[in-house]
Amino acid sequence: MKNENIITQLSIFINNEPGRLAAVAGILKEFNIDVKGFNLAESTEFGILRAIVDDPDRAYDIIRSQGVIVKKTDVIGIAIRDSPGSFFEAADVLGKAGMNIDYGYAYSNKDFDFLFVRVDDAEKAAEVLKDAGIKLIEKSEI
Amino acid sequence: MAFWNKEIETMPRAELEKLQLSLLKKQVRTMYDSSKFIHDRMKAAGLSPADITDMGSFRKMPFMRKTDFRDNYPDGLFIRPYEDLVRLHVSSGTTGKPTVVGYTRKDLDLWAESLTRGMVSFGMTKHDLVQNSHGYGLFTGGLGVHYAAEKLGATVLPASTGNTERQIQLMKDLHVTAFVGTPSYLFHIADTCDKMGVDMRRDTNVRLAIAGGEPWSESMRAKIQDRTGIHIHNCYGASEFNGPSFLECEEQAGLHVWADLCIMEVLDKNGDQCADGEKGELVITMLQKEAFPLIRYKIGDVSALDWEKCECGRTHPRLMMLSGRTDDMLVVRGVNVFPSQIESVIGEIPYLSTFYHITLENENYMDDMTVEVELNESSIADDMVKLGRMARQVEDRLKSALNISTKVRLVLPDTLKRFEGKAQHVTDNRKYD
Ligand SMILES: [Zn+2]
Repeated sequence: MKNENIITQLSIFINNEPGRLAAVAGILKEFNIDVKGFNLAESTEFGILRAIVDDPDRAYDIIRSQGVIVKKTDVIGIAIRDSPGSFFEAADVLGKAGMNIDYGYAYSNKDFDFLFVRVDDAEKAAEVLKDAGIKLIEKSEI
Repeated sequence: MAFWNKEIETMPRAELEKLQLSLLKKQVRTMYDSSKFIHDRMKAAGLSPADITDMGSFRKMPFMRKTDFRDNYPDGLFIRPYEDLVRLHVSSGTTGKPTVVGYTRKDLDLWAESLTRGMVSFGMTKHDLVQNSHGYGLFTGGLGVHYAAEKLGATVLPASTGNTERQIQLMKDLHVTAFVGTPSYLFHIADTCDKMGVDMRRDTNVRLAIAGGEPWSESMRAKIQDRTGIHIHNCYGASEFNGPSFLECEEQAGLHVWADLCIMEVLDKNGDQCADGEKGELVITMLQKEAFPLIRYKIGDVSALDWEKCECGRTHPRLMMLSGRTDDMLVVRGVNVFPSQIESVIGEIPYLSTFYHITLENENYMDDMTVEVELNESSIADDMVKLGRMARQVEDRLKSALNISTKVRLVLPDTLKRFEGKAQHVTDNRKYD
């Protein structure tokens, strides 16, 4: 059975040139790709748009077909209550399990506040966090 | 005017050429007899030592090239056994393999002689205190200058590279009178003096300098002389023919190339001899080298030679400032770099594609090299920390291959400009004015 807690994120690589980000945004709009949450990371060479979208497989094929470099990355969504302590609790659980968070970014919808995080082994991280009683978001809840 | 070896240095041209021919014949005979490489090359060209009777027949001798060193790595071109060798130096080669040069006692002696003559020609004496900021080690600059200045009887301070503030402190405290280094390091010294509030004219006794090992220009020389009040003398050399070897006299009118040690030819695009003062490719024959002889070596530098007798009284031809390369060799911070070396490092790293570009810039004549290289699509990490680590790893690998630091920028696939035919891998934005 597929793990409902493993969320597929698209990592879209964009050169730091004027108009490149706008061009990618144009593709998302043109093909009605619904972006639920995103984060933009930048180096001096290029940027990475990390996006949680509706139907990531379809979006991946479309973006790729437009000549844009895109990768699928597994992330997990950790529910955070109104206190910032809940994130540290999750980080502590992962740390004790020897798992490192590569990056994370926050997202909210009408029901939840949560944090998407990228770890090396998403399956294992999801298991460890659930065992510790931490609520993870499921695909259907995004 | 003082001379180190007046008889030789002022010998009339006709006599010098006679001396060259007799040394040449002897050298060709020795090489034919003791170097399998030269023997085979001469045989293939249908030549025997007896055929070399004048300069015209000498020009039938096949050329040697940098690739010959690579093919005979490490010591296949030595014609003396190790028991006769007293030193080795190593410089960078075109690919992974460096060039190894061996010296007999006489080779070291004549190398020092060549530089000592030059030092005397611009007024250095045994009363000078010489601060040598060339690197000591495998590089020929440090030890080459060191032994020549000692031969002259000057006092040498083997400062080597780095720690500029301490170098300036020692320069003041020890009353250094002559400085040796690369042109860009002289500029760096001048800048550091400004920061330290040291006035080279007022606070130091430095009056002479030798600068070489990297490209520079007359306008750079004018600037730095003006800033520091030091007379700066150009130097030319390469490890293949010893190391730093030829210097300008006090006239600063070209480097005296000692004709009893070296035949320097200048060839045009068709391989014909250039006229006096006409630029062309330098071809070098060493007349008295024992361990590692060179005959008609295409060193890759472009310049002109002038046989007109110098105002200083010396009769040997003068080499003008270098004006380019015939190959793609780059000189970066005094180190020879071939794009092929960078290419082979990139080829060994699985997450890199074969597309790269080198950009050279300089600020205050201090070179900066940036290598942009495209990542393989399958290897792109979506994590900045990992990408940073990958870039540092490429920088480390390049540093150990090239012996100088580079900045590496990992870029996305299909970012770098594609070229039709031979890829243009280098953009050189350095300014020498
Ligand atoms: Zn002269």
